[in-house]
Order: sequence, then structure tokens, then C-alpha cells
Amino acid sequence: MTITKTLALALTLGISASALQAADLRIGLQEDPDILDPDQSRTFVGRIVYASLCDKLVDITPELEIVPQLATGWDWSDDGLELTMTLRDGVTFHDGTAFDAKAVVANIDRSQNMDESRRKSELTSITAAEAVDDLTVKFTLGAPDATLLAQLADRAGMMVSPTAATEAGVDFGLNPVCSGPFKFVERVQQDRIVLEKFTGYWDADAIHFDTVVFLPIPDTTVRLANLRSGDLDMLERLAATDVASVADDGFLLMEQAVSLGYQGITVNVANGERAASPIGENSAVRRALSLAIDRKVINQVVFEGAFAAGNQPFPPTSPWYNKDFPVPERDVAAARALLEEAGFADGITIEVQVPNNPVQMQLMQVVQAMAAEAGITVELLAKEFATLLSDQTAGAYTASQIGWSGRVDPDGNIHQFMTTDGGINDSHYSNPQVDELLNGARVSNDMATRKQSYDSALAILQDDMPIIYLYHQAWIWALDDKVQGFVPYPDGMIRLQGVSFSQ
Amino acid sequence: MLAFLGRRILIAIPTIILISIFVFGMQKLLPGDPVLVMAGEDRNPEMIEFLREKYRLNDPIPVQYLTWIGNALQGDLGISLRTRQPVLELIGEKLPVTLQLAVMALIIALLIGIPAGVLSAYKKGTWVDWLANLVALSGLSVPNFWLGIMLILLVSVNLGWLPASGYRPLAQDPLQSILTMLMPAFVLGTGLAATLMRHTRSAMLGVLRSDYVRTARAKGLPERMVLVKHALRNALVPIVTVTTLLFGELLAGAVLTEQIFTIPGFGKLIVDAVFNRDYAVVQGIVLCTGVAFIAMNILADAAYRVLNPRMKDS
Repeated sequence: MTITKTLALALTLGISASALQAADLRIGLQEDPDILDPDQSRTFVGRIVYASLCDKLVDITPELEIVPQLATGWDWSDDGLELTMTLRDGVTFHDGTAFDAKAVVANIDRSQNMDESRRKSELTSITAAEAVDDLTVKFTLGAPDATLLAQLADRAGMMVSPTAATEAGVDFGLNPVCSGPFKFVERVQQDRIVLEKFTGYWDADAIHFDTVVFLPIPDTTVRLANLRSGDLDMLERLAATDVASVADDGFLLMEQAVSLGYQGITVNVANGERAASPIGENSAVRRALSLAIDRKVINQVVFEGAFAAGNQPFPPTSPWYNKDFPVPERDVAAARALLEEAGFADGITIEVQVPNNPVQMQLMQVVQAMAAEAGITVELLAKEFATLLSDQTAGAYTASQIGWSGRVDPDGNIHQFMTTDGGINDSHYSNPQVDELLNGARVSNDMATRKQSYDSALAILQDDMPIIYLYHQAWIWALDDKVQGFVPYPDGMIRLQGVSFSQ
Repeated sequence: MLAFLGRRILIAIPTIILISIFVFGMQKLLPGDPVLVMAGEDRNPEMIEFLREKYRLNDPIPVQYLTWIGNALQGDLGISLRTRQPVLELIGEKLPVTLQLAVMALIIALLIGIPAGVLSAYKKGTWVDWLANLVALSGLSVPNFWLGIMLILLVSVNLGWLPASGYRPLAQDPLQSILTMLMPAFVLGTGLAATLMRHTRSAMLGVLRSDYVRTARAKGLPERMVLVKHALRNALVPIVTVTTLLFGELLAGAVLTEQIFTIPGFGKLIVDAVFNRDYAVVQGIVLCTGVAFIAMNILADAAYRVLNPRMKDS
């Protein structure tokens, strides 16, 4: 009897052990990532892969608070010009190289100085990085920078193995070596990226998969079909139109988080000759267009209510949202009155360029119909994205439907767009008062002071309105119901710590 | 035969040069600044200038062309701007995929198209003819992307018989590889079968009316012999032309089918490359498929001479 029991137990253990062994997670991505080098890459899906591959100095919580990852603690000097970080002990990179202060210094140097680095603008405030001892690193700043920690919570703070980076140089991304929970195995472009569990991971207990395979499947219907047929375990960016069908599916789970980014209409107010239009020259016309739009209806009609209506660079759920200016109700009469006041009682015509994908086209067709009722004729000009971007930078547009993927720190969603010298201020909006407020918010480490500056800037922008904000996309994940422990984050990343298959 | 092939290959060289100029020129005519896309969302001016210098986009266009073609002649098609993988390596990675899809689709097309064409010509005006025409017409008129998604929903999601999409290398797991490729090959193959069926039918109709077929029948040859050995063999010349052209097209990548079934072949690569303005990749692939297309034509010409010995003299 005892022998039978022992055998049965052994068998059960054996079976559950083999079930554990077969813990392979397959994730469907909307696109194929670009090069897998945190210093060079620029795609959103690339960052999803990094969440499993490369740890960062700090991470964020779903509420956007900065929390330790490879750095266990940090201190700002009183003048805000020095940031000292204590590093986690006993961490190694996938190639066995030890993670220490020297490795951090080498990483910052690579991000700042490698020709191909796309992280330079994110780390401009650091003038020197110094290894105080093995586990202490000190950053000296040229000017106080409230955004720095948030930058270090993303690609600029991802630590790659200095040994591998020196060896591979600019081709590091073909075989990336970091210190994250999974290490790189292979990549077939447009087909798969395979990672396997890094047994030496400092937080290995939180990791419950042996391999993770990322499969780029661009077609949303096919991506969902793969999940339903069991060829995927989870997918990112479920189409809003599929939300209802997934919610009704007893074998699937769904998780959502409002993103950090926004979509809106950028108006050319001073970027070359094309700024000379009623909507470019007159903020009342921009406010009229804004009032003519029912943002809640857009969310319902185009996105099945899955996204969030918005009127500011931050979503209403963000701590930085200015609650004095809630998402406006549609008011056609007020819109007409504004137009009349501005001298366009007979109505006006506005040309808006829009990316030629079905969702953005549908969005703008709804806007077009709404604006028409207020006497604003919207002419849509569909353009392929690269062309749209080129024309927008060059000022060859009147208004442009475009968005921003969003950043953890509020500065990333507003400063570059609204300050006179902002790098991507394509509308060439300029207001010295806004400049002062936004530059001020950048250098203060006090949240209340920053909030006040942003609130004041947003109040001015509600009048000037160089960008008519429309909505905030939500990240929607669909998962097989055997996947448990997944936590949605507003940055859209898939963090596998604590995620597992239920038995 | 060798002299013939040699002559054809010599003629092909200027064609390939023309293709390369055309591809390069078309790329430059595309609106939109590639560097803006490559620089990333925040479009750092320093990065933009660096990329322009690095990829020599500030050079005059003829200089850019000569640099590219000079490197290409030495077997260097450049690197992908997106992933830094060498273009030649990418082509080597995608070619077997596209080749497998093309061959499987063509086999399906031939298996359906030729018998259907022969039958419908032979039974002209009967219900068999009507049925074959109906099938052919639906094959031509049903869009690939629709048929593809319907098949995925039926065969993979509802029945669970085949994987919904993806790709397995043939060398790694032959059975799984063929099974995964079956649906996309079928979707592509049915479209092609329709074209083949129409061509086979009209060629067969012509041949079946000819004197020698009547003679063959008068001699008392069995009908099967008349159809296959006498009629079909002569009708094959135009069918071979169509087949090789179709195959050439398949090699250029079945863009929609590859996109839907997520097959990492030429079609998917080129679409992604165009949208990302990954110049080196687009140029490399188009050049490569251009060469493949020319090679298919030469092969077709060679095949005529095998099928129809009279052509040797002309």
C-alpha cells in the first residue's frame, strides 16, 4: 500500500514536473521589432521584448511611481545636481559579466556617445557618471532634471553587458546580452524571437516560464485566431472591435490599461506659409473645432468604448491631468458662435492630413461629420505615414491627425511639442509664458511645484490649442485563461515577473 | 541548347541593369524622408544628420546608385537599416520560405487547373464545363485575404486541424512545415488554378479541333491516348508560359497571403521594408526577384524547345 502510494506520488510529481518543464509562453506582437539594442532601437514592440530581456536601473509601478530594479535606492543632492544610486548586489549579465558601478558608467557612456545611439537626447542632463565604489554610482548633472529617473525607467536605463557591447559594437542587437529574466536565443526576422530563462537571474523565483517566444502577427484578426486556436498564450493590442467577442469567450481573459500617450489633431500655427489659414491664425477656430467634436461618441463609435476620451496631453486617469478642464461636452451652438465671432459666420474649410490606415480614417470621418454640423468642412487627405511625417515636419500641412506614444514623466508628453525650441514642435507654437512654465517644471523635483506649473501651462493651452487632443489609446491584452498573474501597466509593457500557467 | 542559353543570359544582363536603375530611381521618388522614420519618435536632429551621413543620403543620387551597384556586384547588398542584418543574409533566410510556398501553391494550382481545363474543353458545353468554369471563376473572384481569414477561422479555430499561421523550416520538421504551409498554399493555389484552367481550356479547344487529332481518332487510338499524348502535349506550350510567369510572380512574394498567414517570406519582408523606408532591403529583394523572373523566362524558353522540337530551328 505504501509502495503504491509512493509510486502514485512520484508519478504525480513527475507529471507536474514535466508540466512545469513545458512552461513555454508564446506572445503575439503587432509588429516585428527593429534592432534589439536598447541604445539603438525605437519601436514599441522592441520595448516589450526588452521587458523580458533587459533589466533597467529603475522600474515603474502601474501608478507610475518609480521603484527599484537594478538600483535599490537613490538620493538627490539638495541642489538637484547629483544623483547617487546604490546598486543591487550579486547581479550578473547573461554572459557572466558582473553588474556593478563600472558597468553602469559604461552603459551611460554608450548611450551618450555611440554614434548610433538614439538615447542621447534622453540623457543630455548627465555631464558625468562616476563609479564611487562597486555598488555606488554617482551622476552629475549640468542642470536639475526631474525627468531623469523616468528616463532611467525605460531604454536609457537598460543595462547591457559591457563585455558583449564592446565586442559586438554597433551589431550588439544581433545577439543582445543583458541581465533580465530571460536571455536571447534566436531571432528569425518577421517570424519569431526566442528567449530562454536566465537561471542566474537575481529574482529567478518570480519567473515561471522556461522560454518565451515573441511572434509578430500584424493582422489583428489572425492574431486573435492564433490565440483561440491555442497557437498563442497571449497577445498585445487586441483590436477595440474584438473586445466584445473576447469578453464573451469563456476561454479567454482580457486586461486593459489606458496608455500614457494621446491622439489628436496638430494644427500648423506658425510653420511656414501653410500656417496662414483660418485655423492656423485663429485660436477661436481651433476651439470651435474642438467644441464641435463629441469625444465620448468617438470613443463609442470608433473604439467600442475601449479607449479614453481626452482633451489634454495626459489621460484623465493621470495624476498630472488638470481637473479644472474636464473633457468638454459637445456644443455645436457654442462652436458656431465662436466661428461667427472670429469672422467666419459662413463656415470654413480645413484640410486635415491623416495616416492612411482604416482606424485613423474612420476616426477622422466621424470628426468630419461632427465638424460639418458646426459649419466646419473638414477635407481629409490620407497619406502614408512616412510621407505624413515628412510633410508635417516641413510645414507642408494645415492640420495633421497624429499622436504620441507617451512617456512616464509628464515632461515627455508636452515639453518637446509646446516649447518654442521643442524638437518636435511641428506646429511651431510659441508662447513665452508656456516656455517658462514648462522649462520650470523640468528642473524641479517637487511634485506639487511641477503640478502647479503643468496646470498653469495646460490652462493657457486650452485657449491657444495648437493641438486638439481627442483620445487616449488603451492597451488591451487578450490571454488564454490558463495564464495568471499578469498585471497591466499604462506603458503597455508585458512584465513576466509573477506570471505563470495555472495547473 | 548551350549556345541558346548563353545567348539568353547575355541578353538578360542589360535587362538586369535596367531593373536596378529602375528600382533605385523609384525608391528615391517615394515621398517621405526615410531618415525621419528611422530617427525614432522624438526625431532628434543630431540623429537625423548622423543617419544621412552614415547612409550617404547627402550624396547626389547617381553617386548613391553607383556605390550601391558597385557593392552589389561584389555580393554586398548592404544591411537592413532596421535590424542591421545583411540584406544578402535576409534574402537567404526568406528565399527558402517563399520558394516552398510558391512550389506548394503551384502544385495545388497544377493539380486543380490542368485536369479541370482538359475536362472542360473535352466536355465543352456540358455541365462538367459549366461546373469547371464556375469553380474557376470563384477562384479568380474570391479575394485571397478573405478566403485566408475564413479558412483560419474554420480549419484552425473551429476544427483545430492545422496551425492558424506561422512558419516551420522544412529542414527542421518536414511534416509540420508542410502542414503549416498547406492553408496559404491552398489560398494562393486556387487563385492560380483558375488562371491555369482558363488557359488550358482554350489551348485544348484549339488543339482538339486540329486535323492531327481527328487523324489520331480515325486511326482508332484510345480516347485517353488522344487527349493526353496528342492533344495535351501540344496544348502545353502556352500553359508552360503561363505557369512560369505565375511562378515568377509567386517568387516576388505573395504579399497579402504572407501577411495574413504570417509567413516570413519575401512579400512580408518587402512590405515592412517599404513602410520603414528600409532602402537596402527593398532594392535587394526587387533586384533578386527581377533576376529570378528573368531566369524563369529563360527556363520557359528552354522548356518550349523540349516540348516542341520544331522551335529549335526558329
